[in-house]
Amino acid sequence: MHRALSNVLQLGVKELRSLARDPAMVILIIYAFSMAIYSSATAMPETPNRATIAVVDEDRSQVSSRLIDAFQLPYFMPPTLINHRQMDRGMDSGLYTFTLNIPPDFQRDLLAGQQPTIQLNVDATQISQAFSGAGHIQQIIQNETTAFVQGYSGAAALPLEAVVRMAYNPNLEASWFGSISEVINQITMLSIILTGAALIREREHGTIEHLLVMPVTPLEIMLAKVWAMGLVVLIACALSLRLVVQDWLGVPIQGAVSLFLAGTALHLFATTSMGIFLGTVARSMPQLGLLIILVLIPLEILSGAVTPRESMPVVVQTIMSLAPTTHFVQLAQGVLLRGAGIGIIWPQLLALAAIGLVFFYAALRRLRTTLQ
Amino acid sequence: MSQPQPVAQLRDISLHYKHVAALDKVTLDLPAGCMVGLIGPDGVGKSSLLALVAGARRLQQGELQVLCGDMRSASHRSHVCPRIAFMPQGLGKNLYPTLSVAENLEFFGRLFNQGEAERRQRIQQLLASTGMSRFADRPAGKLSGGMKQKLGLCCALIHDPDLLVLDEPTTGVDPLSRSQFWELIRRIRAGRPQMSVLIASAYMDEAQGFDWLVAMDAGKVLATGTPQQILADTNSRSLEQAFVALLPEEKRRQHRQLQIPPRTMHAGIAIEAHDLTCRFGDFVAVDKVNFRIERGEIFGFLGSNGCGKSTTMKMLTGLLPFSEGEAWLLGKPVDPTDMAIRMRVGYMSQSFSLYSELTVRQNLALHTKLFQLPAEQSAERIDELLTQFNLQAVADSLPLSLPLGVRQRLSLAVAVIHKPEVLILDEPTSGVDPIARDLFWSLLVRLSREDGVTIFISTHFMNEAERCDRMSLMHAGKVLVSGAPDDLRQQRGKATLEDAFIDWLREASGQQEQVPDAAALSSRVAQPDTEKRPPRFSLRRMLSYTRREAMELKRDPLRALLALAGSVLLMVIMGYGINMDVDDLTFAVLDRDQTTYSQAYALELAGSGYFIERPPLHSHAELEQRMRAGDISLALEIPPGFGRDLLRGDFPQVAYWVDGAMPVRADTLRGYAQGIHLNYLRSLASRQPTPIAVSLVNVETRYRYNPDVKSLPAMVPAVIPILLMMIPAMLTALAVVREKELGSITNFYVTPVTRLEFLLGKQLPYVVLGFINFIALLLLAVLAFDVPIKGSLPSLLLGGLLYIVCATGLGLLVSSLLKSQIAAIFGTAIATLIPAVQFSGMMHPVSAMEGLGAMIGQLYPTTHFLIISRGVFSKALGFSDLYFYFIPLLLAIPVLTLASVAGLKKQEQ
Repeated sequence: MHRALSNVLQLGVKELRSLARDPAMVILIIYAFSMAIYSSATAMPETPNRATIAVVDEDRSQVSSRLIDAFQLPYFMPPTLINHRQMDRGMDSGLYTFTLNIPPDFQRDLLAGQQPTIQLNVDATQISQAFSGAGHIQQIIQNETTAFVQGYSGAAALPLEAVVRMAYNPNLEASWFGSISEVINQITMLSIILTGAALIREREHGTIEHLLVMPVTPLEIMLAKVWAMGLVVLIACALSLRLVVQDWLGVPIQGAVSLFLAGTALHLFATTSMGIFLGTVARSMPQLGLLIILVLIPLEILSGAVTPRESMPVVVQTIMSLAPTTHFVQLAQGVLLRGAGIGIIWPQLLALAAIGLVFFYAALRRLRTTLQ
Repeated sequence: MSQPQPVAQLRDISLHYKHVAALDKVTLDLPAGCMVGLIGPDGVGKSSLLALVAGARRLQQGELQVLCGDMRSASHRSHVCPRIAFMPQGLGKNLYPTLSVAENLEFFGRLFNQGEAERRQRIQQLLASTGMSRFADRPAGKLSGGMKQKLGLCCALIHDPDLLVLDEPTTGVDPLSRSQFWELIRRIRAGRPQMSVLIASAYMDEAQGFDWLVAMDAGKVLATGTPQQILADTNSRSLEQAFVALLPEEKRRQHRQLQIPPRTMHAGIAIEAHDLTCRFGDFVAVDKVNFRIERGEIFGFLGSNGCGKSTTMKMLTGLLPFSEGEAWLLGKPVDPTDMAIRMRVGYMSQSFSLYSELTVRQNLALHTKLFQLPAEQSAERIDELLTQFNLQAVADSLPLSLPLGVRQRLSLAVAVIHKPEVLILDEPTSGVDPIARDLFWSLLVRLSREDGVTIFISTHFMNEAERCDRMSLMHAGKVLVSGAPDDLRQQRGKATLEDAFIDWLREASGQQEQVPDAAALSSRVAQPDTEKRPPRFSLRRMLSYTRREAMELKRDPLRALLALAGSVLLMVIMGYGINMDVDDLTFAVLDRDQTTYSQAYALELAGSGYFIERPPLHSHAELEQRMRAGDISLALEIPPGFGRDLLRGDFPQVAYWVDGAMPVRADTLRGYAQGIHLNYLRSLASRQPTPIAVSLVNVETRYRYNPDVKSLPAMVPAVIPILLMMIPAMLTALAVVREKELGSITNFYVTPVTRLEFLLGKQLPYVVLGFINFIALLLLAVLAFDVPIKGSLPSLLLGGLLYIVCATGLGLLVSSLLKSQIAAIFGTAIATLIPAVQFSGMMHPVSAMEGLGAMIGQLYPTTHFLIISRGVFSKALGFSDLYFYFIPLLLAIPVLTLASVAGLKKQEQ
């Protein structure tokens, strides 16, 4: 037992030394956990943010200019005034996501209570902005026209009001969510690549064969890779959370970071095992590169870190409940963004541990058979 | 007769690797038209000198003239490199293992711009004269060591070089192949006497046959001259002696004539094999091998390359399962899972298999710990081994920076680190210099005679074979003969053991001395083009790399399949999985009023179709708890007295709580909530006796290009560009870095191929594969997803082609900049995944982005192709509407290629 632990420790230290010998890799890791997170968190626009809008104003009245003035940054770029012909061209080339057509005599009809119609064109290929942006624009039009008419004739207010309050992120700052999602993505990507590639590299250089004549078992070889690579990613993640997410991006962390890191460790147990599994499936580094892409994309995109999980088809949801990322995303969002404690996220911790054990066992079995 | 111009003139040449000096102010003239041998211990700068002369390594200090020109000048190098051939150290280091013998030769022929007919003729002649015609279709990776070296030589000779540079060409080659190899060189020289040959060798008997020798030590030249001169100057009988005599005093002192005391102990059997057999499919690698090795015996294993020696040794160590037979190690049946046995056995494999990322000392330290040496002993043991194996000076160097011989010494040190009872050594002294070999053997002798360690060793050196107590000669999986070396020699009635062996091997393989076909080699086509400057850009050279890459891809169909099937699979996953239609969201109601009015309001929410209702809430604490857990993403709170206030006209307020953790979802939820509220107001208004104006304006919203705001038709045109970025980039990402890591990059250093030809040649097959991929994705979109291409298909295809060139170019850029495959994979993932998915307008328009992300987005090729793809797919646009977006792609191609060219070095640094 003591011998096994010592081997696992020594082989793990060897992994860390190998990594330190590859300065390009170290720089890439640092980039992945700093600039990559910062840029993707800040680039992600508020919804809608700086949406491009153009207005065809055929009324040129007090109310139409009031409407145009209502579209303001950061939600909308200052509206461009155009004519009918420019409208189609502009939308075709993607210049404007929204165009608004205010018909002639709009103000007169409005005041006469005739419910005039404003036409709103939406570029529906810009799927994320199209929907929420259209909602915002409708809201703005309703608010502005109501206020205008009220100011003009003192009409009665609505009998019932709805207040919408945002919990955990009152201003819906996209960077809060974006930075956490990106940290999650980098954790998954790095841990899979590091272990998978380290295994193939050992095979291509013949060092794995050498290890097999040493008094070392496949289990020890695998555990060493899991702890060493897991540790690298865990440290990178902790530093990134503190320095990049909290300090640089100013994201308020709601829950206990230590709880999140404990969850990360469990997640890493699963992903590093997965990396080793891929390393035994691929016969060469080029194959591994492709396999990793094939595995990473679904893991990241379908985990609920990009779009809400509940809106995915049920079959996708079911399959993805077997992926560690799904549970890790829930855990990370719960702890970091909503301040959930262990009393709330224990099912995710349990799921991660179970998935990790299954993956670890599967990878170990494959490692044993491929090495013999 | 006037002395001809020297083939190479070295003046004050120095070379440093970090802090270690490999060459120290070497000044030397190498005579032309003869065989020049470099001899000296390992790590004295022989390989460095050869690499400099061949132009493979960059000159640091000093002047070097090769074939009458300055090797500093790139134009001279490109001018003379068709006249130089370089064969690097290591068995088949510069060959491509998946390519066949003929394909390897063709590859080199194309690199030297030979036409079809010429190439074919040369390959035929070379194969015939080396006796390799039968193996023309065998993959190079499956050749034995000796055949690999012969093939390497053929590849070097394909262009009739004037200077042939061979770095330890016969290291690890069996005696028969070795004699054939030199016979071949002799015949070639007979046909082309003007050719100069420069050889580094660890075999002194080979050096004996060279015309002129350079003895080196510690980066300096000790002596030069013909072998006779050197023997005379040093007063020695053999070169081996002369070599020792030339060394500085302190090194000479380490050397003692090796004496082997007779064996006294006889203590039973250590290793025994009974009918041991190993099959790989139909091929019988080891065929019923029997032997018995006593404890404390030194047992030699000899035989031609690929005869099954290594396989037998691997079976004994448990690395390979045996198909039939039995084997015992130290009295126990061989059991790969037995850890205790591993502690008692030391094994050294043929190729270097220690960690190249760890220093010499770190490698030793790791193994002391793996073998459970107590901490206090391990430091002592490491020092002891460093001294014993003469490794102190390189203790903190990385193995890859060390010469082969020094690396072998490290492997040996590791094999004996735990003082094993049995040592299984697979060609441990290949490439090790004579002095170090003697040193090593004296150690083996001590281990055997004093400590009773059993040593099972394979070797190609005859003087080592003579030192064994007993030995076996293997051929084609069978043991031909076993016995004491001297008995075996006498059995055959030969003067030397080597002759006896060659005799046995010839007999066994039924091979006769081949009739020299010197006529074929000398009656070569005249060389009209050697004086001509090679063309600046040659399509043939470029296509040579294209073919090589394509063949490698063909031999690894799984890779192409992964690329094709993988992208199809990913498109399905992303098309269905990335769902921007936010629905099926969960909500719960905290109804503090519990009247028909409040229930009617809650019903409006439940009936909207966007939501799934969860059990009602009873308190604020519960609301908080369940939202935290992610159980609900929306909560509706209806205040007490809602119904009453509504009736009275007291303006009651309902509150919606939205989980803001996912801003996009939260924003959509807000929109839904407001819409539902408005609906309720409308239905309320219609029931009021005095109508109130709920809304004053109709907003008629038209969703263009995708009227139903369905995700799929919007996603498919966006997913295609993303997949076409990531997969082709990953395909090319390893193209260059892999050659760097595995060593075949030398071919690029020493042949006339330019950086541009090299890169474009490698890129081409992946562009083709990428384009096939593109077509597959288009078909999938149209046929399976029912997303029609509304606009101009030719524009889309053209844009796709340009874009794939960009994507493969990006992968190549990563590949030419980085040094390790791991970094290349990770670097490519970083360089493609985030920019393509997040910054290129798939989810959010680039115009809405800010900061670094926006900058990357505006430059990144995906952004532009995404517009083209969406334009053609959804907006029915053509080239005249989209031509503007082709320009950035057209600009990106040369920028990426030039950056790769700049990042790639034509010589080793």
